[in-house]
Amino acid sequence: MRGNGFWLAAAAFISAAYGLTVFATNDYVFFAGYIILQFMVLATAWNILGGYAGYVNFGTNAFFGLGVYTAVFMAKAFGAPLLLQILVAGLVGAVLGFAVGLLTLRMHGIFFSIATIAMSIIIETFIINWKFVGGASGVQLLRPPPTAPFDSYIRMLFVIAAVMVVLAVAVARYVQNSWIGRGLRAVRDDEIAAECTGVPTLQLKLLACSISGFFLCAMGAPAAMYLQYADPASAFNLNYSVSALAMSLIGGTAHWIGPLLGALLLASTQQLLTVTISSEVNVLVLGLMLVLFVVGAPDGLIGLYRRFFKPKSSDPSGGSSAP
Amino acid sequence: MSHPVLHVDQVTKRFGGFTAVDNVSLTLRPGERFGLIGPNGSGKTTLINCISGALRSTEGRVTFDGHDVSTLPAYKRTRRGIARSFQIPRPFKSMTVLENLLVAIDFAAVGHGLNARQQESEVTAILDKMGLGSKTHVLSSQLSQVELRKMELARAVASRPKLLISDEAMAGLSSSEIDEVLDLLIALNKDGITIIMIEHIMHAVMRFSDRVLCMEAGRVIAEGAPKDVMANPRVQEAYLGV
Repeated sequence: MRGNGFWLAAAAFISAAYGLTVFATNDYVFFAGYIILQFMVLATAWNILGGYAGYVNFGTNAFFGLGVYTAVFMAKAFGAPLLLQILVAGLVGAVLGFAVGLLTLRMHGIFFSIATIAMSIIIETFIINWKFVGGASGVQLLRPPPTAPFDSYIRMLFVIAAVMVVLAVAVARYVQNSWIGRGLRAVRDDEIAAECTGVPTLQLKLLACSISGFFLCAMGAPAAMYLQYADPASAFNLNYSVSALAMSLIGGTAHWIGPLLGALLLASTQQLLTVTISSEVNVLVLGLMLVLFVVGAPDGLIGLYRRFFKPKSSDPSGGSSAP
Repeated sequence: MSHPVLHVDQVTKRFGGFTAVDNVSLTLRPGERFGLIGPNGSGKTTLINCISGALRSTEGRVTFDGHDVSTLPAYKRTRRGIARSFQIPRPFKSMTVLENLLVAIDFAAVGHGLNARQQESEVTAILDKMGLGSKTHVLSSQLSQVELRKMELARAVASRPKLLISDEAMAGLSSSEIDEVLDLLIALNKDGITIIMIEHIMHAVMRFSDRVLCMEAGRVIAEGAPKDVMANPRVQEAYLGV
């Protein structure tokens, strides 16, 4: 296995992120970089259910928004530190994933997707009517001073997001290469056959939904302090759902590196366009790229790579099993 | 007589107002080769769906290996030893033949505690036996019809079943391929697996079965030795309309 290589790359990635916070002079790098890292986590987390199991979750925004508001609540009610906000948001997300999964995972295909949209509307409506966290008009937040060794809050958030990328990818990679991943692939290929081959399909889907929900929601938590403001319309923006889905599809859903590459490619392009042209154009680009890839490369960047470099291989993990 | 491996006790399955399986009972002895026949729509597949757990029976009980499994989900029944193939093959298309079988070993034979190398050697052994050794690393979506049928049986065998249900594993095959699959089923039976074979190809059923049960419109209309069942006027009427 390439286990050591992965962890070395992960360590190098975090070191580079930290190094950047020491040496870079312009804070804008971190504002833009944070968003790219955020989408790497969202796409990676989305792919655990949407890619491996084939259950297209349109409720990424519900998980993300709930993460934002868990952080707001924790900060207002208990003055909780950022890491605790993230952890609690993650747990809330896992519970939500499990609960929503229990209600909706017996539905298949488009019906599941519609149910997840309904869920996000319900949660957003609930938040809009909750005065304590600001209701419909939103809430201003004051950043506490950054924790040492950081001297700027945004640089700290940037490194935290980098660590979350590593955690999310490590978990996605483990899921993919273990018996869980094999079971989820069986579910995606043919759920009835999977069940009759001994795969506990509902349990596996619930597990995937909880893991996915954990990271989607956890990534919402630091967004509150990133913007120093939270309102339901932006926290529950459908854009998060569309982006996470599009990035995974464009990168390729079969391997953990797909969503990572897709998010890197799309989020960077979007950031670039936001600065150079306008923030509306970036949504257009998302749509155009999605159409291009669905037509020209349905298996995403991974599919393109395999078509040109590795014909006939089916399993990037090498087919070994780790029970 | 040793205790039955499978006992289906007055099982009924209704879909709304339609009764697909009506009060069917049957008992299988260990190691038996059992043929299930009947015209299209007579409820054969619904009955085995109730046995394998893909559907839950509306009434009645299914006892397997001395335990009531009526309320267990399909995956738990598979773990207890009920394996099946499907009328229309259902491979895991994104996986190779090897991986298809590893799903069964990972999940169905879960209690056997094999390490990765033992798993692969077990898969190789099963595939060699099934004549699929050369296809181990081929994507299942690229297999021919007969190879798909064999792979489904191999995947079922990989879950180490006590009872194997073969749902029209020979449909659409040439006569030499039918003989191949038939020989495989007989070989599996010799290894001690009880087999239920659903089939329309009469000479295969006749050659294979110790005992045959014929269904029509959800009911059992005849049961017994293959020759006797085929000679039964009601069976002939159901099949030929004479």
